[in-house]
Amino acid sequence: MNLFWDAIVWIFTPVWPRGTIVNTVVQRLGEHILYTVISLVVAIVIAVPIGYYIGHSGRGRQIAIGLSGAARALPSLGLLTILALAIGVGRAEIAAVFVFVLLGVPSILAGAYAGLEAIDRRTIDAARAVGMSEWQILTKVEIPLGLPLLLGGIRNAALQIVATATLASYVGLGGFGIYIFGGIQSHDIPQLVGGALLVAVLALVLDGLFALLQKFAVPHGVAVAMAKSVRTRPSRPTAVVGTPIS
Amino acid sequence: MNWLFNNLDLVLRLSLEHLQLSIPPILIGFVVALPLGWLAHRFRVTRGILLTVVGLLYTIPSLALLVALPTAIGLPIIVPTNVITCLSIYAVALMVRTTADALDAVDPDVIQSATAVGYSAWGRFWRVEFPLAGPVMLAGLRVVTVSTVSLVTVGSLVGVPSLGNLFIDGLQRNIPLEIATGIVMVVVIALALDALLVLLGRFIMPWTRVVKASRNRAVEFEAATA
Amino acid sequence: MFTARNKGRFALGAVVVGAALALSGCTSGDPLDSGSGSSSTPGGTIVVGSQAYYSNEIIAEIYSQALENAGFTVDRKFQIGQRDAYLPELENGTVDLIPEYTGNLLQFYSPDTKATTSDDVYAELQKALPANLTVLDQSPATDQDSYNVTQEFADKNNVKSIADLAGLPNLVLGGNAELQTRPYGVQGLKDTYNVDVTFTAIGDSGGPLTVAAIKDGTITIGNIYSADPNIAANKLVTLLDPKGLFLASNVVPLVNKDLASEIGKVINPIDAKLSAKELSALNALSVNDQQSSDAIAKKWLTDNGFLK
Repeated sequence: MNLFWDAIVWIFTPVWPRGTIVNTVVQRLGEHILYTVISLVVAIVIAVPIGYYIGHSGRGRQIAIGLSGAARALPSLGLLTILALAIGVGRAEIAAVFVFVLLGVPSILAGAYAGLEAIDRRTIDAARAVGMSEWQILTKVEIPLGLPLLLGGIRNAALQIVATATLASYVGLGGFGIYIFGGIQSHDIPQLVGGALLVAVLALVLDGLFALLQKFAVPHGVAVAMAKSVRTRPSRPTAVVGTPIS
Repeated sequence: MNWLFNNLDLVLRLSLEHLQLSIPPILIGFVVALPLGWLAHRFRVTRGILLTVVGLLYTIPSLALLVALPTAIGLPIIVPTNVITCLSIYAVALMVRTTADALDAVDPDVIQSATAVGYSAWGRFWRVEFPLAGPVMLAGLRVVTVSTVSLVTVGSLVGVPSLGNLFIDGLQRNIPLEIATGIVMVVVIALALDALLVLLGRFIMPWTRVVKASRNRAVEFEAATA
Repeated sequence: MFTARNKGRFALGAVVVGAALALSGCTSGDPLDSGSGSSSTPGGTIVVGSQAYYSNEIIAEIYSQALENAGFTVDRKFQIGQRDAYLPELENGTVDLIPEYTGNLLQFYSPDTKATTSDDVYAELQKALPANLTVLDQSPATDQDSYNVTQEFADKNNVKSIADLAGLPNLVLGGNAELQTRPYGVQGLKDTYNVDVTFTAIGDSGGPLTVAAIKDGTITIGNIYSADPNIAANKLVTLLDPKGLFLASNVVPLVNKDLASEIGKVINPIDAKLSAKELSALNALSVNDQQSSDAIAKKWLTDNGFLK
């Protein structure tokens, strides 16, 4: 616990107070959030239409799963360094966003098509029977019903991106990673744990925000249907002949 | 291509060490997550606590955990055990949620039938619930496998040799081919282990081959997006 | 509990899993546990380590081959990483020898040190080391942090030393994340030379990303190790340091005290031969010709008559 206390003290101490050096936790926070949000938005823009297409038409699912698996295997640090070498540090933001988008797309893609696939086919049939066009079915029926899973996918992607955005400082960008790398290199444990704490707190806050979003953005009827059943009582004892059941 | 021809043995050696660092966390993750996932599935109280703790663990950036954990406990940093421990923590964190969801997805009617037929709780778990939850747990395990293999590279930043060494050295000496080789080998190992798991799954659970039943897609999705 | 049919499958599955576990278990024991901590006879095993820095690895490889030539068996543990990772290993005998740099090492043990010249740093370092570690003779070769700018910038602003930077606007310093808090980093520039900079972290220790950043203007000043061949290759200007912001940092072997005299006999002559220019040339072979440290070390040792 001493470790955490030191770290918290470190976070709130202005370590670089003198001169014109603007290097506060708040600035790093802003940078970290910026990379996360931009990458998330780009990943959504790419993954959601493709995911909806796969979910609605049922085609291309295996390819999507295969490619997602391969994308998940790509080590972010390796990708980041090789891209930064290729594009140059001046435009390292592009390399970083590219890597984070690649990281987030599999989750969002899965959320999009799983959300659509989870819908009862009878509902879709009913929509067709009522006379809706394919586009209307997609927008009025499938998307709202698929929202919970889609938001779940975006939430997971956001968490992964926040955790990995710590690598951005390796190629000249800001973010909380600078505290983690700096802490390791100068053997400054409060800085290291402080950086880790900051990332963890940011991730938890984002997670909470998405949880709230999931609650309010989903149509009430859909939310009720999606509630999981968790047994609260232990199951009955086995019924064996000759043994009384209590 | 000069670099590659001259350093094939280095690449192979690092690949082997990478593999040896990847496998234990996956196994530990699966084994440890099983009882924890069952606890989360069974009792509402533990579910909330476990899932929150597990979610917390997963948000800790890997690099920070690799240095902070041994320092806090007082163990050395640059031993493979450290990397294996930290990656096991992540694997457990991922698998607990998947296991809980997989067990949740088993049809309660089937469980009640099993009880009615005469299974004890222990027998019912191993003969009915576990096999039925198998496919979803396998999907989760595949995700854990792939991300573990990818995370092992971070160990290089703290001195535990893995394919990540190729990134650091390739960057310092400006040899993009070296970095690319590292990336390719990591992906190859990840996909190979993934394929192995699929085969293993088909073998141990032959019923999944025949029945493309209406599994609860929502639960599969949880596994896939973890 | 299991039916006859299932038993076979489960059993086979368990065997496969068990085999995987065994495979990973049998060879993943502690690789640094070579158990050679206190062997002190020629023909014993010496564990040579290196930092996660290709130049350091070349020097470590030179040491290793020289020791092998002298009859020792060498166990190489290269690319270990940061000081706080390998120094404990040196102290407990898991690693026996590692090439180090006097200035940086002194700052690790005594962050408030005031020594700046080569000899002062070396003297203080010997006192600052823990009881069971010692350094052999230091080499004339230096490889220390240095601040570099482009030729154009130097000409345009008439800058030859760090002192000339005072008062210039919009200066951006680039280097490893640790530079932010190092005494010769952002704060040191302000305190010693009254130079204001903002900081951008680039994690490649003065490598290609840093060089590219200096050239395309993303950063004004880059921290590059003085023996880096990229400085000359890219016509960068190394700023002079009249007030001694940077400590002198010579290559020096850091070694376990028990083995100091054995190893010293072999290593000291080699270190004496190594100069800053030679080190730079060796680095160039690694970076520009992509040669392995193995080949580079062998060639240098042979050319200088150390290998028969």
